[in-house]
Amino acid sequence: MRFMVIVKGNEDTERGVLPTEQELAEMGAYNEELVRAGVMLAGEGLHPSSRGARVRFAADGSATVVDGPFAETKELVAGFWILQVSSREEVLEWVKKAPFRSGEVEVRQVFESDDFGDAMTPELREQEDRMRATVAEQQGS
Amino acid sequence: MSTSSAGPAAVDPDVVRRTVDAVWRMESAKLVGALTRVTGDVGLAEELAQDALVAALERWPQTGVPDRPGAWLTATAKHRAIDAFRRARRLADRTEALGRELVEVEEPDWAAALDEVVADDVLRLVFISCHPVLAREARVALTLRLVGGLATPEIARAFLAPEATVAQRIVRAKRTLTAARVPFEVPTGAEFTARLSSVLEVLYLVFNEGYAATGGAQWTRPDLCAEALRLGRVLAELTPHEPEVHGLVALMEIQASRLGARTGPGGEPVLLLDQDRGRWDRVLIGRGLAALERATGSGRALGPYCLQAAIAACHARARTAAETDWARIAALYEALAELTPSPVVELNRAVAVGMAYGPAAGLELVDALTDVPALQRYHLLPSVRGDLLVKLGRPTEARTEFLRAASLTRNEREQALLLDRAASSAGPPA
Repeated sequence: MRFMVIVKGNEDTERGVLPTEQELAEMGAYNEELVRAGVMLAGEGLHPSSRGARVRFAADGSATVVDGPFAETKELVAGFWILQVSSREEVLEWVKKAPFRSGEVEVRQVFESDDFGDAMTPELREQEDRMRATVAEQQGS
Repeated sequence: MSTSSAGPAAVDPDVVRRTVDAVWRMESAKLVGALTRVTGDVGLAEELAQDALVAALERWPQTGVPDRPGAWLTATAKHRAIDAFRRARRLADRTEALGRELVEVEEPDWAAALDEVVADDVLRLVFISCHPVLAREARVALTLRLVGGLATPEIARAFLAPEATVAQRIVRAKRTLTAARVPFEVPTGAEFTARLSSVLEVLYLVFNEGYAATGGAQWTRPDLCAEALRLGRVLAELTPHEPEVHGLVALMEIQASRLGARTGPGGEPVLLLDQDRGRWDRVLIGRGLAALERATGSGRALGPYCLQAAIAACHARARTAAETDWARIAALYEALAELTPSPVVELNRAVAVGMAYGPAAGLELVDALTDVPALQRYHLLPSVRGDLLVKLGRPTEARTEFLRAASLTRNEREQALLLDRAASSAGPPA
């Protein structure tokens, strides 16, 4: 299962204050640990909301662009990770290791197609040859 | 900061158990690796680590989960290791007490040795788990257990095998490693290459077990793919200069990107070219293409996994089925056939050649395969041939091929599909 780990903004992230060398080193080490454990699918930091915008939709479908910055600093997203883990507890244990000393991180599960868990066909049951499935797939008409 | 420091009374045993499972999954490979390095015995190492796990399961429901659960497990296992050593020495002392010289055994500084973080521990554990003295299924079970941190019942469920069988397999595997005095090390030189290919084979076996589905409890399928992928990514970080490792990771990432698109609403298989490409997982495709780039960036000749990944990448890059670069796929299959000659690879090549250069060219290759004994009962051979014959406007012959293919498959859905094609091929007069 996948989780999006959402790092909330604060005044510093909104002002575009860059992390200190030590913070960068700690974050680098943490990211490396996630990568080495094979759980990190993606992770990015975001520019302040002053460089972003919101697009508001009205009932008639029309769209209005509202430029940043936005006031409600703590509700803003400053960065995120996408982690692939085997349980909610696992993602929480990973997040607890993150090198933060203040603020809040939100953990949300990502919707995934669970179709592929359905009705497994014995189709490909004999998999003595790993190429077999490829043949079957390629043989579309 | 964390809010998990709730009072002991508030600790839900179920949550504790799941947290212990999670911590185990995150830490066990490093822990078992370090313990094996220190004790020299993977079986003993795993027992000590398991003891620590049991201690956590007993204690944490009362005390709450410690702030650094991984460190707690390591410290506990360390104490157990030292206890075990002292017990063994006392036993030796007593038996030696009958007059013989008391052998002074220096107690190794296990505490220090276990605190030391050795990056190679996990890699050594991977190599020992996939050691060629073990049967293939033992390698798979041991890798999932020691490196993946899966419990025996989970492995049994995933492979639809009785739990007792898997447990026995793991016990025997550990005994075999001890008896063979397999050293806990990363092999070097030519042995490294040979042993690495055994490791890659094990990972791909696990992946395929999930991807090609042996049926049964469905939820295990994507779980196995995910675990193989995770282990592949771990291995890629441990051996960053091995193109084939990145090749295998790329192959698995790209194949896994299609998991959600491979079955229709009724569970029927959807062939690659008919899949809704909007359902392909772009994150995994991106990761797969990046891994392939890492693999091919070294400029070394492509191995079998890199070639298969490159083929998978051709499909992944095509926005529509019609955009598929079949000429490149045909060339890649040709290279693959040279490296790992197999009639099945040849059949794949025939399909690609048929798509790239027209059905006649494909048919020529397929016809060269009709006498190969290994393909005599292989339903995809007549099925591919039938497909090419339809495109060549030879429906009567195509019908015969589809009927033959239908008679060779044991799968009802596939059979129905083939009989359907046979029926529609017979339509207009030849």
